[in-house]
Parts: sequence; C-alpha cells; structure tokens
Amino acid sequence: MKARVLVRPKAGILDPQGAAVERALPALGFEGVRDVRVGRLIELEVADPARLEEMCERLLANPLIEDYEVLLEGAGG
Amino acid sequence: MSAVGSIPGVEQAIALGLTEAEYELVVASLDGRAPNEVELAMFSLLWSEHCSYKHSKKLLRTLPSSGGRLVLGPGENAGAVDVGGGLAVAFKVESHNHPSAVEPFQGAATGVGGILRDIFAVGARPIAVLDSLRFGELDSERSRYLLEHAVAGIGHYGNSIGVPTVGGEVYFEAPYEHNCLINAMCVGLIETERLIRSAASGPGNLLVLFGASTGRDGIGGASVLASAELGEGDEAKRPSVQIGDPFAEKKLMLCSLDLLERGLLVALQDLGAAGLTSAAAEMASKGAVGVDIDVARVPLREEGMEPFEIMVSESQERMLCVIEPEALEAVLGVCEHWETAASVIGEVTASGLVRVLDSDTLVGEMPVAALVDDCPLYDLDPRAPLEPIYGAPQRVLDSSGEEDPGETLLALLRSPNIADRLPLFEQYDPVVQSRTVRRPGQSDAAVLALPARGQERPGIAVAIDGNGRRVAADPYRGTIEAVLECAANLACAGAEPLGLTNCLNFGNPEKPHIAWQLSESVRGLADACRAIGVPVVGGNVSLYNEGAEGPIYPTPVIGLVGELPDVRRAGALGFCSEGDRIALVGPFAPEIAGSELARLGGRELPGSLGELDIPRVLAAQRVVREGVRSGSLSSAHDIAEGGLAVALAECCLAGGLGAEIALDDTVKPLRALFGEGGGGFVVSGGEGALRALGGGGVSVRIVGSVSGERLTIWSGDARIELSLERMREAHGALRALFD
Amino acid sequence: MKFGVISFPGSCDDSDALSACRRVGEAVQLWHADHDLAGVDAVVVPGGFSYGDYLRAGAIARFAPIMNEVIEFARAGGYVMGICNGFQVCCEAGLLPGALLTNVSRRFVFRQVRVRVLGEPTAFTGTLERGAELSIPVKHTTGRYFAPRATLARLHAAGQVVLSYAPGENPNGSLDDIAGVVNEAGNVFGLMPHPEHAVDELTGSTDGLSLFASLAAAAAA
Repeated sequence: MKARVLVRPKAGILDPQGAAVERALPALGFEGVRDVRVGRLIELEVADPARLEEMCERLLANPLIEDYEVLLEGAGG
Repeated sequence: MSAVGSIPGVEQAIALGLTEAEYELVVASLDGRAPNEVELAMFSLLWSEHCSYKHSKKLLRTLPSSGGRLVLGPGENAGAVDVGGGLAVAFKVESHNHPSAVEPFQGAATGVGGILRDIFAVGARPIAVLDSLRFGELDSERSRYLLEHAVAGIGHYGNSIGVPTVGGEVYFEAPYEHNCLINAMCVGLIETERLIRSAASGPGNLLVLFGASTGRDGIGGASVLASAELGEGDEAKRPSVQIGDPFAEKKLMLCSLDLLERGLLVALQDLGAAGLTSAAAEMASKGAVGVDIDVARVPLREEGMEPFEIMVSESQERMLCVIEPEALEAVLGVCEHWETAASVIGEVTASGLVRVLDSDTLVGEMPVAALVDDCPLYDLDPRAPLEPIYGAPQRVLDSSGEEDPGETLLALLRSPNIADRLPLFEQYDPVVQSRTVRRPGQSDAAVLALPARGQERPGIAVAIDGNGRRVAADPYRGTIEAVLECAANLACAGAEPLGLTNCLNFGNPEKPHIAWQLSESVRGLADACRAIGVPVVGGNVSLYNEGAEGPIYPTPVIGLVGELPDVRRAGALGFCSEGDRIALVGPFAPEIAGSELARLGGRELPGSLGELDIPRVLAAQRVVREGVRSGSLSSAHDIAEGGLAVALAECCLAGGLGAEIALDDTVKPLRALFGEGGGGFVVSGGEGALRALGGGGVSVRIVGSVSGERLTIWSGDARIELSLERMREAHGALRALFD
Repeated sequence: MKFGVISFPGSCDDSDALSACRRVGEAVQLWHADHDLAGVDAVVVPGGFSYGDYLRAGAIARFAPIMNEVIEFARAGGYVMGICNGFQVCCEAGLLPGALLTNVSRRFVFRQVRVRVLGEPTAFTGTLERGAELSIPVKHTTGRYFAPRATLARLHAAGQVVLSYAPGENPNGSLDDIAGVVNEAGNVFGLMPHPEHAVDELTGSTDGLSLFASLAAAAAA
C-alpha cells in the first residue's frame, strides 16, 4: 500500500526555515501568511501499514522534536 | 552496421550544435555514411566547444606546459608537480558557469564534485578546494540570490565530503549580471609513483563503470550550455539540472583511492561533461585502442532510456576504469566494501573503434580518431575593438574621494569587492584533514602542511586570483598582473610557485573583439608563466559567457601552488607586534585609472594599464618571500584592490592593531592612497630586518609603525585617521547579506 | 589506554580524531559494519556527515551495526565521546538527552569559538579547571541544542551541562548556550565543538587536547 508520512517541527520549537519562508512571502506580495512550518514528506510503499507508526517512532521522525502524520492512499488522506 | 531507428539529417546535427561543414566532416569520417542517432549525439558532444576546445586549442598550445617540477602535464584529468619527499600535488581549476546560472546551489555543488573527481581520477587524495566567483552588482536581487545559493552549494559539497575549502575570491561587477562565473579549484596529494593516467590499454581488459546509477540528468548539458550563447526564450535548451550527492562521491572517492592503492587499475577516468561518451573516447584515444560498450549493462535509475541517452547522460558521481579480467573479483569486492555499485560495461579492443552495443545489437560504430582528433580546430579572427566594449560602471561615490580620504577609505572597505569575505568563508570548513596552517583571512595564500620529514615541516601554499575589470582594460597586461598578484600572494605566505592552473572565462570567441581579448590574455599568461618560471599544468576554458547584454569581462582565473620549506614560519597578513616598523616594498606605481575607486566613482575603464617592470616585481617578491621564510618579517600583504590605504587597513584589522603612517608627498595623495598597480607589498618587522630587504636593489620605504588602535595615514596634506572599530564595521558590510 | 574511533560512511573527522587520540594514547579505527569494539577503553563517535546526514543528522548512523556494541558498552559504564555528528548520533541513540536542530542561521557555520568548562570535573574535563575557557572551532549546520525545559532544568541541576559557549559566542542558537552535555552517569559526553581540531598550535590552538587527555586519564584509571 502507498503511504505518505508528513514530518514537521513540533509546535513551540523554533523553525528557522519556516520563519525564513514567512519573512520571504510578504516581500513577494503575499500578505496574510503566518505560522509557516517547513517539514518533510516521505513517500513509501508498505506491505503492512500497521507498522508505519513504529517506523515513525524509531526512524522517520524524532518524537522529541518532530510531529508526524501518516496518510494512507485511498484512506481519504 | 544495422540501422537503428531513423537516420537524422543535417538539420538535427545543426540543432545539436554542429555546423553544416562539421556534419559533412562527420559523414566523411564514417566513410560517407550518415551518422545514426547515437553517433550523431556522440559526435555533437565531442565536437562541441566544451569538449574539443576547437576555438582555443591552438592558443593553449602556446602556453609553457613542461619543465620545472612538472610530473603530470595537460591532457590528463589534472596536472601535478613534485613537492619533494616522493610526493606530488595534483591540481586543476574548472568552471561550472552555465549550470550555476540555471540552478546556483546544484550548479556550484556539482562544480565542486566534478573538480574533486578530476583530482582523484589521477589517484590523488583531495586536500583542498578553492573557488573563484563573479556575480553582478549586489543591488540586483538575482545576484544576491546567485551568491547565497552558490556559496551554500560549494559549502554543501566540500563540507560534506570532508575536503577543506581553504581559499577563494569573489567580485561583483555589472558585466557578470547575466553570466555569473563559478570556478572551483581542487588540490590533491599523492605519492608521485602512484599517479595514474587515463589511457586505456590491453585489448581484452574490462571497462568497469562504478558509482551512481545513470539517469537523464543534464543530457546535452555542459556541452550545449557552454558552447553557445543562450538568449531569452531558450528555456527548452536548458537541460535537466544535475543533482550532486556528496555522500555518494565520498564513497566513490575512497573506493577509487582504495582500488589504486591495491594496484587493481590499469586506467581511471571520471565522467564529466558528455558522460560515458567523453570518458570512453578519451581513454581509447590516449591509449590508441578501441572500446566496446554495452549500454544494456549500464545500471539505470530511469526506465526507457535510449542508448544515446545512456551514452551522453551527465549523471554525477560516476567513474570509469580499465582493469585486467583477473582483477574483477577483487575490484568488485573493494567496491562492495565502499557501498559503491560497479558493473562491467564493456572491454578494450584493438579495433580503434568506439562501438556501442545494446545487448546483441550494434547501435553505433565510430573511429576513435574521428571522435577525438578529427574535430576541426578554428583559427580565431582577433581584432582590437575600435569602440569600448563595456559601459562605465554604476557610480556609487558622489565625490572624487579627495575631500575626505577617511570616508573614501571606509567606502572602499565597504565595497563588496573589498569587504571582508568572512561571512562567506564561515560557510566552509577550512580545517578538516588537520593540515591547514593558514586559513582564509590569515594570510594572502592558504598554507597546508605536508607530512613531516624528520624535523622538517614542509608545506604548500595555494591561491586563486583574477581581476576581470583590469583584464578588460588591458587583456595582455591585466593577465600578467593577475599571475604576478597570485605569485605575490604566495610570496606573502613564504612560498615559491611550482605550477599554475587557469580557467579562461570569456565571451563568444567567434566575435573578433572577444577573440582579441582571448589571444591577448593567453599571450600575457604565457609571458607571465615564463617570467615566474612555472609550467601550466592544466586548466579549463569557458567561452560564450555572453548574451544580449554583452560579454562578461574577460576573466582568466589563475590558480597557483607553491612550496615553503617550513610551515612553522608561514607568513601572516596581520600586524602582530606593537612597535614593529612598516615598510612599502617593491616597484609600486599606483594609478587611479582602472582601480576600485575609479569603479565606485563610475569612471570608464582606461584603454590600457601601466606597464609592470616584471624583473623588479619578481625581485620584490623574492625579498618578501625570503623575509617571511627567515622569520625576519612579522607580516606581509600584497597591495591590490583599493591600493595602499586598503592594504594597510586590512593589515590592521587582521592583526587587531593600529598603525601610524607618513607617506612622502611625491605622489598625489589620492593616487598614493587608493591607486592600484602590481608590485607593491606592505610588510612589518624590526627596522633592521626591513632595511635588510633593500640590499639587492629592491625599493624599500619605511613608512611608519604598528601602534595603538587607530590607523593614521599622512599623505602630503591629506590625512586619514580611523579607529579599528569604524574600519571593522565598514569592512563587515557583507555580513548583512547573510543575516 | 586505547581509544576506538568509529568510521561511518560519510564520517569526515575520523582521521583527525584518530590523530588527536594518538597524542594521548593508543587509538584504532572501528568500522561501522563491525560487531565488536576491539577491546577499546573509550569510544569516539567522530564528526562528519554520516550517511550524508540524510533524513536527519545521525538518524541512520544510530542503527549501524557497531552502534549496538557502543550502546551496550555505554550502558555498562564505558566512556563514549560524541563530537558534532557523533553528538547527534548519541542523541538519536538515546545515549544523551536532547536533540540537535538546524542552526538559527539555517547555514553551515565554521567559527573558532570560546567555550567554558562548567560544573564539577567529569571524566572528560578532569584535567581542566572549572570556568576554564577553551578556543575550539565549531563547524556544523545542525548544532542547535534543544531539550524540553524540564529536561534542561534537570541537566543543569545535575551538573550535566559541562560545556557552554562563552557569552556572545553561541554560533547556532543552542538553548542556554549549551555546547556539550554528559549523560546522567557521566560516562557519555556529546559536544558540538571539535576538540580534535584544536590539538596543534600549527593548525590553530591546543585547547582541545585537554579533553582527550582527561578522557585518557579517566579510562586508564
């Protein structure tokens, strides 16, 4: 099954990339943007989607500093 | 041979960059047969300017390329000089201008990756990277974007692979606005007897491709981009961007060096522009053999790639080697250890042909000589321009600079061409490998320690230099100045030049005035090399750096490697001892025309530069070098952009000490303070040591002392008095770009 | 006394660390794919870009075969020093508290910085005086030390913050200017500055040597 894992900095952790994007957008005329967070997208094909959670906890994300979200294809994600 | 697909015609050949006459030559070299798609792709790349040097080869042959301490000369992946103790230093500078203009981060990163491969392709372990960059003025958003991303890209690759970036230079001038220059130089160290060449030999020997898999990256990239002017609306010509993977390259580098150390290789070649096509043809040509390559055995990262795509792909981080069949198992074992994929893709033959197979089907067959040697070489049609080629630079300074010389000095220190490069250098690791005795900002040249020989601590110094504006004013003398300044940088570190590499960045050589710039510059380069007594070990040419807005300044970038007997006495540029006397050494004859001050004032380029008295310049370099080596000088710095006042300010800032200077009033203050011209040094030391420098007829004028925390200069009636703090603030102007 | 310095694919400062260790003791290279520590008395996890720093700095190296041995060694009280990328690896492996984030500048930074030795002497700072200031280079993109406030308070209280950037020297935005921490047991040390690049006057300073010397003395005791 195809899955996507979205990893982003935890709320409250300074995200310099997000801050840089947030500063850059108004300079290009895009007003009214806030709370920009830059994370990463991991696409993978897995035999057993039930193990995704564990993959995230152990490798794909660092739970101390990052939140993650698992999206399964065809599951409305 | 069997025809595969339709046979392209002359229109396709022209679309790929060949001329009609060249297409006819291709047909003739195939005994009257029209080339098929694979063959045409290979010919068009190998006969491109980028691969064949067809507009510059005749000129390059006039450069001195032998003698001195040369152990590997032009024609190999990189040249090398003997540095004693059984060791050689391999080095080369190369451009990645066109890819960087498309995508500066990846362009600069893969530029570093490419030059690193050239160095370890001769078996040397890369020990240093330097870079030379040119962008448009910093008030342009595009220039700031290119600068930021190119610097990040260079750092990304060099830092990740663990090779220190120890030096470099950057200038901002309007003619580079649409054609930035990204030149990278790499220096490698090797036991001389282990140097390996790229000539394939031994029919029956195997061709092994190792490293990354092959995709459609940069198909038609370097050669198309670097062999014609690109205008607006030429987006379709832009190839897919090559993505650099320094992690893969690190493994590839260690794997290559390991293979060499075990004596498993017959020949080694990196894959750069024109990929497998160029690597295979070059190896076969140098060894006067043939090669068969089966594209079906090349590991691919994309599906459905055509044979011609596989042959011309510019996927990064790949090497091609020739091995004896018995060595195969051992070679594959070493590659596995370094987690580097390797595949046998063909073999060496006695046929004198490059034959391309797709499993059992022959899809291309060309004489090696036709691919590599038969490309026509063109004579240039140089003609000095009747009108100035370049407009006056944008005026930044309102005054002439005379009213308040202190403010003028601050304006110069703030100028992006002079301001402290630390905000850029901080993005590079200069210390990995534990050899760096002088980092950027500590001396005019980087100094690297070589392995100790008993009690001796020998080392090398490396520098890269170029000044396009002065070459634009006077291509012959400007180029001589650039070489001598680079040698002066080495002298300040205590080093004597051993070999030179260069990258010639110019506009369209088919235009007579560019041809003139190029021929005059090469004439200057040859004369300068003979004057300082070093061979050109290799280099690179980047032409067609121009567009509708005109050409870049002609920019020969010079890289020098020199030796010093004792790195414990490597020179430093900063004043370091209160009370030391300061002297101006050498035949320094400053002029405002063509200077940074003239640029800030919006003055047009002069029609020529003042003539340098080369023997006297070299004599001055010699006494400075000896003074540094003997330890009698506390500091040494050459006078370059911004003239004497800027040089003094730099010595103060680097050492954190002030100075009191009084210049005689034989020269007009503005010229004395801010005029430029080669041949001058600012040195400090004890009075006796400074006077001793003048023994051999070299001009030495003691002009003041190291003292306090201010720089005070009297020049006739003019007076500069500035605190270190104010100068530091102005000099830090580039910091704001990276906040 | 014998050091072992790990080499992962992508390590850059492993040779530098080996030479630094050899100034104060014996040292051998440990290969990432190996399964034993060759009887070393202390392990150095060196700097660089293990596995290209892909995914997250240190995230993949943490699962290299040799790391199982290192984790076991550390749990049994063996001395481990993680430098820069090695610090990141130790945090990812759970040997040290906290995590390293991208510098506030978002850029790689090389800088000779002054760092201060804090707290009671540890195995890594035993030969140094409290409050001593060292000049050592940093070079990294991912060096901003982070731990939740409660963890930080615990670290400070237990004297686990043993190295901090001197005032005004913090190059990356680390919380509380933290440059190096030890684990609760005091046998695992992670730091962002590179002491192996401060062991020779010729190439910079010798201030980093005392950290290796302290470790050698502790491991030999």
